[in-house]
Amino acid sequence: MQTIDPVAIEPEQTVRDAAASAVGVEDLHKSFGSQKVLNGISLAVNRGETLAVLGRSGTGKSVLLRLVIGLEKPDSGSVCIHGKDIAGLSLDQLGAIRMRMGFLFQHAALYDSLTVEQNVAFPLHHHRKKMSKSEMADRVRQLLAEVGMESGFAKMPSDISGGMQKRVGLARALALEPDILLLDEPTAGLDPISAGEIDDLVLKLQHEHHMASIVVTHDLHSAKTIADRLALLNEGKVVIEGTFQELQQSDIEFVREFLRHS
Amino acid sequence: MYTKSNSLAGMNSQVQGQRIHLVSPPKSAMAPINGFFEWFGDLGIFFWRVVRAAVTPPFEFRELFRQLDEIGSKSLPLVALAGGATGVVLSLEARYSLTRFGAKSLLPAAIVFSVIHETGPIITGLVVSGRAGAGIGAELASMKVTEQIDAVEASAVNPYRLLAATRILACILMLPLLTLAADFCGLLMGWVTQALVEPLSLHQFINAGFNGATFNDFLPPTFKTAFFGLIIGSIACFQGMRTQGGAAGVGRAATSSVVLSSLFVILADVVLVKLIIILFP
Repeated sequence: MQTIDPVAIEPEQTVRDAAASAVGVEDLHKSFGSQKVLNGISLAVNRGETLAVLGRSGTGKSVLLRLVIGLEKPDSGSVCIHGKDIAGLSLDQLGAIRMRMGFLFQHAALYDSLTVEQNVAFPLHHHRKKMSKSEMADRVRQLLAEVGMESGFAKMPSDISGGMQKRVGLARALALEPDILLLDEPTAGLDPISAGEIDDLVLKLQHEHHMASIVVTHDLHSAKTIADRLALLNEGKVVIEGTFQELQQSDIEFVREFLRHS
Repeated sequence: MYTKSNSLAGMNSQVQGQRIHLVSPPKSAMAPINGFFEWFGDLGIFFWRVVRAAVTPPFEFRELFRQLDEIGSKSLPLVALAGGATGVVLSLEARYSLTRFGAKSLLPAAIVFSVIHETGPIITGLVVSGRAGAGIGAELASMKVTEQIDAVEASAVNPYRLLAATRILACILMLPLLTLAADFCGLLMGWVTQALVEPLSLHQFINAGFNGATFNDFLPPTFKTAFFGLIIGSIACFQGMRTQGGAAGVGRAATSSVVLSSLFVILADVVLVKLIIILFP
């Protein structure tokens, strides 16, 4: 079992870990007004590894993902993607890094004026300009097949179920063949069968694409299924980081309470 | 005795509280002023980002053409109708006034100059700020609250380039063209209204109306609407992309887009009319 106390971590060691990893965050602080959301988070995820970030609602799990992809700026601390600190990069410079990252939003965030097919084609249209129309159509269908969608390509996002929207969102996130995948509550709001299907899908994609993944969830069962390591957040800090077994063996009161209620 | 020390110590006292108020206004009084300057500051930063994104490749031509259609073609019927109605009203009002002062022969010129100098441009600006301003504000606000703008950014696409620059540029390009349509409909309906009262051919109306008119009467007022387009597009995109707070936020963004862009179009018109008079005498 490994309990993390941010104060006790050697700064040089953390920087080295963060720089060597696919995703490395170090001593991350973030506040919104007077509300302190993240209070010194340090994590690292390597290629081929899945980290599940768990915690109560409002503990800053989604904010952490938004900081990793640069949608929010940290108050202090650093976010390194493949060893490159993304602080201070312009939107276009950040774009070059984001092309190697896929992001599944909590509510899928599909473009409601585009069809399912056009949603998946969106990143390809902008970043694979040399692709012919037929190549692009083939690639879109391949991506949709990969997430288990064989029909309904011409439907609008509002005409498909929440589970389907998540699948389309996942296909869009995979369009540019990222090597980092960020999933924000992939099973939230889904029935147990759909949630299980999404978990299986994430596992399959992980196996096939060998990406570094961070999955934010408060579904412990899902986290246990898809993640190699789990990090539990409370009050903006990592309370514990380790395998599910290590969490189970923890004698930290918050960890025991979280597991008891999950 | 009223000393510095007791003035600070006695802040609860009503009399001393009032004195302190004069030196340092309370936060509540400063909030609207701070908010006003903050809004302009944020608008400036937003506009700088849009300009920087607009002049660097890749250029979003496909989205620009879609917006030209959305803002231009789809506003055309409304602008034409408003222009035509203005022509009718101008014609009726001017006829009544000029006849009273014995200057009925100036009627075609009064209509032509009113329409091309001021009514056509300002009516177009206000109609487009109502239709396109609300549309842009609501669309972008809805995208913002449903994280679609974040999804654009996460897909490594610059939202200032794709969403804002294209809409602002489309407004700039389409406003002068829509103004031409409003002018045309206004003049046409002005003539029709006159012709219904007393016989007057279109040829006579145009000859009398445009007698002595130069390009300076026509081009500057028409092209000033490109500036109205800049205002409408910028404010609507800015209000939409900074929205917070669900459906209520979307409503607020649409309303504020229309109100602010209409207000700034009118204010800009005051300045531009004066500038045109100075630069194109």
